[in-house]
Amino acid sequence: MKNSVEGINRRNFLKLLGGGIAVALTYSDLNALSKHTAFVPPGDDAIAAWVHILENGTVTVYTGKVEVGQNIRTSLSQVVAEELSVPVSSIEMIMGDTLLTPYDRGTYGSLTTPTMGPKLRKAAASLREVLTDMAAKQWNVAQQTVAVKNGQVIHAVSGKTVSFGVLTRGKKMLLAVNDQVQLTPAEKWSVAGTPVAKVNAKSFVSGKHQYVSDMVMPGMVYGKMLRAPSYGASLVAADVEKAKISPGVNVVKEDNFIGVTAPDPQTATNALARIEARWKTTPQPSRAEIFTYLKTHAQDKERKAGEAVDKAFGAAPVQVQQHFEVQYIAHVPLEPRAALAVWENGKLTVWTGTQRPFGVQEELAEVFSIPKDHIRVMMPDTGSAYGGKHSGEAAVEAARLSRAVGKPVKVVWTREEEFKWAYFRPAGLIEVAAAASNEGLLASWEFHNYNSGGAGIEIPYEVPHKHIQYHPSDTPLKQGSYRGLAATANVFSIESVMDDLARQLKQDPFRFRLNNLKEERLKQVLQAAASKFDWTRQKEAGRGYGMACGFVKNAYVGTCAEVAYNKSNGQLQLLRLVVAFECGAIVNPMHLENQVMGCVLQGLGGALFEAVDFKDGRILNPSLSSYRVPRFGDIPELDIVLVDRKDMPSAGAGEAPIVGVAPAIRNAIADVTGVKLNTLPLLPHGMTLKTPSLSSNK
Amino acid sequence: MKINVNGTDYTLNVPANTSLLDALRVNLNLTGSKYGCGEGACGACKVLIDGHATPSCITPVASVENKIVITIEGLEKDGQLHPLQQAFLDEDAFQCAYCSSGMIISAVALKTKNPTPTRQEIIEAMQGNICRCCVYPRIINAISKA
Repeated sequence: MKNSVEGINRRNFLKLLGGGIAVALTYSDLNALSKHTAFVPPGDDAIAAWVHILENGTVTVYTGKVEVGQNIRTSLSQVVAEELSVPVSSIEMIMGDTLLTPYDRGTYGSLTTPTMGPKLRKAAASLREVLTDMAAKQWNVAQQTVAVKNGQVIHAVSGKTVSFGVLTRGKKMLLAVNDQVQLTPAEKWSVAGTPVAKVNAKSFVSGKHQYVSDMVMPGMVYGKMLRAPSYGASLVAADVEKAKISPGVNVVKEDNFIGVTAPDPQTATNALARIEARWKTTPQPSRAEIFTYLKTHAQDKERKAGEAVDKAFGAAPVQVQQHFEVQYIAHVPLEPRAALAVWENGKLTVWTGTQRPFGVQEELAEVFSIPKDHIRVMMPDTGSAYGGKHSGEAAVEAARLSRAVGKPVKVVWTREEEFKWAYFRPAGLIEVAAAASNEGLLASWEFHNYNSGGAGIEIPYEVPHKHIQYHPSDTPLKQGSYRGLAATANVFSIESVMDDLARQLKQDPFRFRLNNLKEERLKQVLQAAASKFDWTRQKEAGRGYGMACGFVKNAYVGTCAEVAYNKSNGQLQLLRLVVAFECGAIVNPMHLENQVMGCVLQGLGGALFEAVDFKDGRILNPSLSSYRVPRFGDIPELDIVLVDRKDMPSAGAGEAPIVGVAPAIRNAIADVTGVKLNTLPLLPHGMTLKTPSLSSNK
Repeated sequence: MKINVNGTDYTLNVPANTSLLDALRVNLNLTGSKYGCGEGACGACKVLIDGHATPSCITPVASVENKIVITIEGLEKDGQLHPLQQAFLDEDAFQCAYCSSGMIISAVALKTKNPTPTRQEIIEAMQGNICRCCVYPRIINAISKA
């Protein structure tokens, strides 16, 4: 380990610790549980998280994970509270602070619940073991006769008690996790597994919680940046003199970066508007040509299906060939990117809303060529992210302005900036050729995905001959993570083709899926959804049913949709969604339901109407009045079935529920209209089948 | 310029085109009202102006002189949450909660006019508020039960 910023190690840990007793877990501990292949631990003895009982008996938990609304501040508190038998309210979670918390690669990829959760359980259980051991020795009784309850160690025989605070007083101990420690099994959970309310919820409903965009510091000024008119444009000349006429305005010009600061945001905006800039633009692809572009710009154009797949396809009696187009969509976190930066004696402190505080720290170190331990990044609970806040643009901008003007600077992106200068979920083109036997068993599967990504690309059904290929491409728009990422596009295509095969076979799509499926957990959620939906009930006239299933990172979803179709005017209505979801042992059923509900309803946007429109390097719909996201009026009746598998490790829930939405609706529309919609969004012009398709419009 | 917010009179000296939202957040340090879109399309900045839930981001601060402005900070009385704030807590009607203050303000305006709204009336009244985390059914429940 090079320094304390990159990862706090055992040697320097004790200096930070102060008094009390702590159990720390190292990266090698954490890595053992992580399935993330790209995960490179910073060092074997680097500490990844710890649980600490202070001398006053309060429990603090330190983790580099961050809270963006998914409620891990609550769920991680619950698992610690469970093992230590203390109230959730007695636990303080210190999260996402590069000075105080250990290095963490970031809060993404549904990694918190399956990796950080179990390790904090182990750390807390190890701590429990130490406390009971200390009390047993003090009382000279057998350790098996003492237990923890409500922040105390209790001797069952004599009824003697001693508080955690008294036990830890005057101690200064750092212990390693006992890997063999007995964990409380999910069947016996009494705090984990229950609907504990969001930690600090009252501060949110009373408007008191300070998001980064709410923070102020003495002497702070507000920053705004000059933006290019389009992607790929470069600055030719800029006249900034007129911007300086208002009192208190500073203009900062460093190479191609031009920004202003002012004592209030309106003065900064007014000053920015007075800058006259000339730009040189370059040709950029537009949405009208995007799918051809992605295919022709693929890095790997060769399609390596192979003879066996081709032969099986050619020989099979039932064949489907489809291509699917998936548009770029935006995350639209309601709190846009925001950062507050201040420099002091060459050291930089930044508060910013990000899923990767340590990543932002690295970004800042590189931009300003200073050591990482001169930079502290903190992340107060932020106004959502959905995979859209991996990067540190606002932090870099605020830090640059602050360094130039010598004052704390706050930068809050406008909605337009968030649409234009953040990044999108990738667009993608997917081509599928699939075949089945007359009996309804899959015979061959060829699947090519251009640009969306590899997540969820693997077909969950049994098929003897398959070829699945992801072709990365050159994206004209900046793209990045999004909940579920490519699994939405891939599962949409897989589940659409499965339905089309079933239709050609004249088989019930539910039966057809079950016949080709071995994965028990996927079967279970599909059956749970179909049962709640009452799949076999008689359809009313003008109604269509559709279903889909899929999985992301050990979380499984089955989705059923019902639509109504008015043939006379082409009007469609989404009446109902039923979603059955399973992600192992449920840590908090209330917050899990919110995750599933939010993921599904957010998914309605990408399924039905969301699409980023762009032409010549300009985003044409960079506002909430022109880019439509789901609102109250869009929500159908929604039933959520949570399948609690206490025998399975808990997995993340923020991604998988989204993948079934689009294909279930698409299949329901095909069921009632016979029209197979193979684009996402399905109905960009509203809930009617008579309008021109999105891609031919612009 | 003088404005009355949450029962207190304030004198402001701000640029002519300052929005009520900026005046509240920057000059009065009432940061419970949030910026979400800047065009009155998301509802995160809503405040009560003479009882009407109004997007403060497109309301010039000069236009609220002689009016009564209530923000999320003004709903709590003597440390007691407003029944709608309590209902949002009880129903867990948020994830990141960035939209919550605007949601609660809209809901207060609705329930003041119509104490027992139907589900459809709630949906219509709340259509201007976006919960990007999309826990809309929870919010409807909270408003119904408050």
